Amino acid sequence: MAAVEVSGLTVRYGDLVAVDDVSFSAEAGSITAVLGPNGAGKTSTIEVCEGYRRAAAGSVRVLGLDPSTHQRQLGERIGVMLQEGGVYPSGRVLDTVRHYCALYGKGADPAQLVEQVALTARAKATWRRLSGGERQRLSLALALAARPDVAFLDEPTSGVDVNGRDTIRGIVRTLADTGCAVVLATHELDEAERLADRVVIFDGGHVIADGTLAELRSGYDEIRFRSSPDLDLHALAASIGLVASRVGHDEYVIDAPPHPRLVAQLTTWLAEQGHPLTDLRAGAQRLEDVFRRLTTPDSGDRP
Amino acid sequence: MTRFVSQLRTELQLTLRNGEQLLLTLGIPVLLLVFFSLVDVLPTGTKDPVDFLAPGVLALAVMSTSMVSLGIGTGFERGYHVLKRLGVTPLGRPRLVAAKIASVGVVELVQFAVLVPVAYALGWSPVSPRWGLAVAAVLLGTMAFAGIGLTLAGRLRGEINLAAQNGLYLVLLLLGGMVIPFGKLPSGIRAVAHALPSGALADVLHDTLAKAGTQPGTSWVVLAAWAVMAPAVAAVTFRWD
Repeated sequence: MAAVEVSGLTVRYGDLVAVDDVSFSAEAGSITAVLGPNGAGKTSTIEVCEGYRRAAAGSVRVLGLDPSTHQRQLGERIGVMLQEGGVYPSGRVLDTVRHYCALYGKGADPAQLVEQVALTARAKATWRRLSGGERQRLSLALALAARPDVAFLDEPTSGVDVNGRDTIRGIVRTLADTGCAVVLATHELDEAERLADRVVIFDGGHVIADGTLAELRSGYDEIRFRSSPDLDLHALAASIGLVASRVGHDEYVIDAPPHPRLVAQLTTWLAEQGHPLTDLRAGAQRLEDVFRRLTTPDSGDRP
Repeated sequence: MTRFVSQLRTELQLTLRNGEQLLLTLGIPVLLLVFFSLVDVLPTGTKDPVDFLAPGVLALAVMSTSMVSLGIGTGFERGYHVLKRLGVTPLGRPRLVAAKIASVGVVELVQFAVLVPVAYALGWSPVSPRWGLAVAAVLLGTMAFAGIGLTLAGRLRGEINLAAQNGLYLVLLLLGGMVIPFGKLPSGIRAVAHALPSGALADVLHDTLAKAGTQPGTSWVVLAAWAVMAPAVAAVTFRWD
């Protein structure tokens, strides 16, 4: 049984359908990224899973329980990181973590948690004096105080600097490695690409893709390169037998498997024509490209 | 019990750390009591101003803590999603509400522990005080003001709630028979003042502590009605997020 099972979920705000017939699952010991642009329905879905919000239709099971009727039992076993806030503004870091450790009663050591999220030096600072990244790390520590079986983390690295992101990513990975089912809502594709074992892509309240990174990328091979902005694409196509598309000022894409012979033909042609090669990447598309392809309204790939 | 105690400790820590709330709940009542007892400029109608002011300022202290302090604090906690976050911990909403009520009770005890001796030191001489009834009135007043404070906190945005609570505080203070006797208010406003929770509580405390209530029977009924209605309205209308 999956730790989180969402089936046919619909969430409405008055006449607005925010989430429409969504289904996916998240397994224990893995990180499931719920990905999508702002307003795609990610947070609404997560909030139903946490028990904050009622579903208009469909069913949600977290650890086999319905969050809308078993919020108290689930409260003991789930860790939550809100998209923003959730902490007393005048509460000090260590006091706040100590309070949450007492609320969960799982024996977590407050000082150790503060150290784990790299806030020991700020232990006596109040929340309102923390930077955006420090606030996110404190919020993560509060989720960890639950020693959770399932963790719902909403935009955990939003507004966090590079070092802070690394800290958060390391903690989240460790959390999953210890058997926790981590559900990570984010609109940052890079975040999902680095962390997720499974990706569920939302758009317009629907799930438009669901699978591992490898599954989502399969069939989307390409050769992407940068050169002069004025390449003669007709001449290039005549030379290599494939069409290249301009996707940026000096960036081009050839939708084709990354065969060494094709790469050699391309670089040879560029050299013969006297064009530079400032970047070259061949292989599976980045998640960002898959996402863009799937969420473009006129894309034929969209289900 | 551990969870309740931890939440209560947190509520009290935050109150102690909040200078504005300390000023509101302790500083202003003590200042009003001391200043207007020593400087006889209010039309209290008593030989010694403190005999009128002491019950009124005790009523003011109850209103400051259970309506304004609780309401403003809860409003900002709602705005910062603190209530939402605590709602999915094992604490649960009933224990959270219980901890807030207990926190108000502790602050009121401190207020009374400071204000009553100060009043005595200023020469207050209660007339046949019925402390048991006064405590009952304070409990009803606390329920009524907490209901009003939480109704505003549960519907309005942080800054608007802040302004509304402070504005209401001023109106209820001036019309509530706390520092200005009902008899000195214009006749048209007097009836309204008696129907206010502040007016009812002040009148009942004047009656129980100084035998100086203007219409104590009616004031008990008005106070009890506010104590039932205001929390009921808060329970129905409060938005946790």
